[in-house]
Amino acid sequence: MGAGGGTSDVQWCFSQVKGAIDDDVAEADIISTVEFNHSGELLATGDKGGRVVIFQQEPESKNQPQCRGEYNVYSTFQSHEPEFDYLKSLEIEEKINKIRWLPQKNAAQFLLSTNDKTIKLWKISERDKRPEGYNLKEEDGRYRDLNTVTTLRVPVFRPMDLMVEASPRRVFANAHTYHVNSISVNSDCETYLSADDLRINLWNLEITDRSFNIVDIKPTNMEELTEVITAVEFHPNQCNTFVYSSSKGTIRLCDMRASALCDKHAKQFEEPEDPNNRSFFSEIISSISDVKFSHSGRYMMTRDYLSVKIWDLNMESRPVETYQVHEYLRSKLCSLYENDCIFDKFECCWNGNDSVVMTGSYNNFFRMFDRGYRQDVTLEASRENSKPRSVLKPRKVSTGGKRKKDEISVDSLDFNKKILHTAWHPLDNIIAVATTNNLYIFQEKLN
Amino acid sequence: MSGDNEETQTTENTPMDEKVQDKVISPEKSEEAKLKARYPNLGNKPGGSDLLRKRLQKGQKYFDSGDYNMAKAKIKNKQLPTAAPEKTEITGDHIPTPQDLPQRKPSLVASKLAG
Repeated sequence: MGAGGGTSDVQWCFSQVKGAIDDDVAEADIISTVEFNHSGELLATGDKGGRVVIFQQEPESKNQPQCRGEYNVYSTFQSHEPEFDYLKSLEIEEKINKIRWLPQKNAAQFLLSTNDKTIKLWKISERDKRPEGYNLKEEDGRYRDLNTVTTLRVPVFRPMDLMVEASPRRVFANAHTYHVNSISVNSDCETYLSADDLRINLWNLEITDRSFNIVDIKPTNMEELTEVITAVEFHPNQCNTFVYSSSKGTIRLCDMRASALCDKHAKQFEEPEDPNNRSFFSEIISSISDVKFSHSGRYMMTRDYLSVKIWDLNMESRPVETYQVHEYLRSKLCSLYENDCIFDKFECCWNGNDSVVMTGSYNNFFRMFDRGYRQDVTLEASRENSKPRSVLKPRKVSTGGKRKKDEISVDSLDFNKKILHTAWHPLDNIIAVATTNNLYIFQEKLN
Repeated sequence: MSGDNEETQTTENTPMDEKVQDKVISPEKSEEAKLKARYPNLGNKPGGSDLLRKRLQKGQKYFDSGDYNMAKAKIKNKQLPTAAPEKTEITGDHIPTPQDLPQRKPSLVASKLAG
């Protein structure tokens, strides 16, 4: 069982880094999603080139009780290919937008991966035996001359080197006019949601030729479009409940028992805005880029451009906690709009017992907020801090005139080094942090 | 620090100072002024239709599938200069040519994360 995870007593150490060292990043190598499975044994990444790489944690060795097992490559496959929509003359990117694991039910592992248009169910299974000694075939597959077959030989299974195979079991296509931004598996393990900018569809994992549209916010006149859907998630244990976030900073909670079409929300979460403070940027920076339920199901967390907010599902009027990720960027919004960074979609995640939340920032910084101790820390994922088991030193951005030693000024931040995707092991203090094309794994320092 | 949850600082002003103070106090508003100075034609509905519709239309547009396939074939063979996408481009006015297209690499190469 993982530690409480309070930032006051947890020190983070570098464990591993995956990916190329050179600075010339090929577009295909840009990591677009990171996700632990439900046990934390497997860690999946998706990239812009449509590829999925799955890492598996090695069992803890008795030789090194100080650290938990390392993650090594388990399987890799091409999930999606670029496609061309002939009707609209549009190219469909193969970039993997999201990966979601299904809870494990048998020996095989299943995950859903999606690009802008098509969701696929992949089965990842192990093969460690193969049949040998066929009666009618040679080992290389050639058929034996029947005149030489005089006895009956029954094949037996013999051990072989472990082979991990990934095969697409279902392809859920042609259900989204707009770009799919999120998927979420239901706690019933039978259905899942997929959301694009304007619609949310409910699928049965077994059925690929039909999906049920349950939310549609497309206006009759597209000129009246004011809001798009940015993320969707099922409640972790109430199979009838889901939430979806919008570009206007609202979250709507829907109950599928109330009606077939969930256009009317059961609850709407929105923080009232001070009209005096409204600016050109207000709506853009209020757009929610990620929404995640706590493991308990009692809270949900949203990420907008500058902050992370924790909401109590019982209170719609305002969040119960707000954490500033990089408030110093508020006085840089003009240039962040010009270089498009203001549209960056940061994700966020909870630790196993919901006591700490984490999200990324620029300059390869990422932030953790301890809800109980009311402390936060800024850490950096970089090759300079990549000595095995070296403890990560907290970083600080200087906002005032005087810059202390070891601090970095806002103007020196590298806005091309963004950490959009992070994941926290469901049980232990192990985190996966994706920079543009590298995956860092950090572990809690164990004494 | 996480304890500081206020978006703007509270101030005690006399009413006539407020307008002047507004620009000084709110960094967001001064950034807005900067932006409007650089782009005077910027519409008044920032989060509104234009921005959202551009988002909905994301995706490389080609004249037709033949154009697309020729572009893919040409790109495989040689490096093409990358063109910066124009923000204000309206698709109907612009017919892409292979020279305008950013380079696309075939994705049959294995991920470097697995290396």
